[in-house]
Amino acid sequence: MTIPAKLAWPALAVVALLLVLAPVDLTGIGIPYPGLKRYGTYIMTLWLVTAIAAMGVNLIVGYAGLETLAQAAFLGIGAYTTALMVKAGLPFGLAFAASGAAAFVVGIALGFPALRVRKHYLAFVTLAFSVLAWLVFRNEQWLTGGVMGLPDISRPSLFGISLRRHVNFYWFVLAITAALTFVLWWIVRSPWGRAFMALRENPIRAESLGIDVRLYTLLAFAIGSAYGGMAGSLYAPLVEFIDPNPFALGPSLLFMLMVVVGGVGRFAGPFVGAAVAVLLPEWLRFAEGFYLLIYAALVMAMMAFCPTGILGLVERLLAPRRRTQADPKASLLGEAKP
Amino acid sequence: MADFLQLIIAGLATGAIYALAAIGFTLLWQTSQTINFAQGEFVMLPAFFALIAMTWFGLPFAVAVIVAIATAVLLLGLVFKLVVVQPLIKQGVLPLVISTIALSVLLKEGAKDVYSAEAQPFPTLFPDVTLSVAGVSVSLAQIGVLVVAFGTIVALQWFLGATRTGRQMQATAQNPTVARILGVAVERMILYTFLINAALAAMASILISPIYLAKFSNGESLGLAAFVAAIVGGFNQVRGAIVGGLLIGVVDNLAAAYVSTSYRQAVPLILLVLIILFRPQGLLGRAEERAV
Repeated sequence: MTIPAKLAWPALAVVALLLVLAPVDLTGIGIPYPGLKRYGTYIMTLWLVTAIAAMGVNLIVGYAGLETLAQAAFLGIGAYTTALMVKAGLPFGLAFAASGAAAFVVGIALGFPALRVRKHYLAFVTLAFSVLAWLVFRNEQWLTGGVMGLPDISRPSLFGISLRRHVNFYWFVLAITAALTFVLWWIVRSPWGRAFMALRENPIRAESLGIDVRLYTLLAFAIGSAYGGMAGSLYAPLVEFIDPNPFALGPSLLFMLMVVVGGVGRFAGPFVGAAVAVLLPEWLRFAEGFYLLIYAALVMAMMAFCPTGILGLVERLLAPRRRTQADPKASLLGEAKP
Repeated sequence: MADFLQLIIAGLATGAIYALAAIGFTLLWQTSQTINFAQGEFVMLPAFFALIAMTWFGLPFAVAVIVAIATAVLLLGLVFKLVVVQPLIKQGVLPLVISTIALSVLLKEGAKDVYSAEAQPFPTLFPDVTLSVAGVSVSLAQIGVLVVAFGTIVALQWFLGATRTGRQMQATAQNPTVARILGVAVERMILYTFLINAALAAMASILISPIYLAKFSNGESLGLAAFVAAIVGGFNQVRGAIVGGLLIGVVDNLAAAYVSTSYRQAVPLILLVLIILFRPQGLLGRAEERAV
């Protein structure tokens, strides 16, 4: 989304304030807003966790131009790592770091052979990995509990405050999301991130300018996967029970769809895509089992008419108005297309 | 030893079916750079066309099979090409990848919601007779599958190699620009590829459904088998897809018997990773020169 530069920071502050206050009952101070209920807060937290994983996919797909079909598996690696470590009595902070690191290392191990060959091979290797990881989650009962899953994953406490309450945990996840968003923004803005984009736009020219194509694509994939691992680390204490199903191939494919629906290569895209993916099943409650059918049809229509996603669509609709504004080039959040 | 031979024959039978799906997959890739992530669903769905023809319209099985193949060629070939691929082909690889992923979800959910979420028994084309030759018992159904699948593959190879249209299709696959200069109707050849892919997928569907039952979620494992077969054999070779398919079928069956049933699915995938590590062009493929 393009917002004039002088409005960028105030706009960001307003969004941040709204997100912080979303679950709070404001009727006490004269604003007729009752705050989100327990379930609403849970859905908001789920949205943030999904958005973290989707940000990773966006880095891989939107900025580095690769395809990953294993983000849910990385989520699973993070979720199981965290669940097992927390259950063993280790602190959450350590488990969170270990989850990200584990996903990063696995990302390097997967990406290295695949990217040696050809870019599209990463899609097939991640596809295979997705199924393999799911088989391990399901079959290694001594470790993962198999189909019975791991129950009673406790939520951490921070500075002596327990995060058991939904609202507290929501704020905790919101803070982590903000930090991870900032890190990604920095990566995308840094020479590193610009190298990613150079790769996507024109790999031959990027290489001739001295960018190590293989190293950069590999790093993009590993960092994106680490975001999946960290999202998984938050997902486990959020739902407090994990089983292999959310980490199968299907959810990995949905992550790809989500990022493209939001707007691939646009910084805010994952948040929009995750909102659609998390909220659509809630809105389409009346359609019961048909929501995936409707979602898939909408995605196909969108690819045909507006492959730049929802944000691209909004931009296109706002375009005539934007021309009258002073400086349309200064954008709030680093966009893919320079 | 007799057990081993039996496993090999059963493996070749399923492998020949995987090969059908893998050939279609490579053909689409060659002629139009379409990676069809819905290929598994293309194999899952025609069985449901046949079931609908039988249960809703009361057609006999033989007619239903023909109806299913015709419907598949129409919907998964013509409509897929015109409605899904055509508008997206100019927008690069990613939108098309996303669209075929969405299509796979659509077809899977569609089969579940429209027909049934339960696995459906599917009649076999061949009599259920078991022959015993030198201690090895072979079911006639497996032989039938092998004969039909290989018949289809041989016919396809003959068509591609010996007919004018087939040669034009090959020219299109190898170099569309030069083919167009030489007067080949490139667009029409690409359309033929889509029709052939749909027909092959429908054949595979009719052959595999009596073995695995017709179920909406079958596409995932079938699609995976087709991908793995195509890459293991050599992504840019029809011959490679045949070898890859047979190999995956046999490996899959042996793994189920000798490794463990819970990790049976993992063995072909590990094979895939090894191939990508050590022979990325596939068993029969030629190394492609780098684009850079």
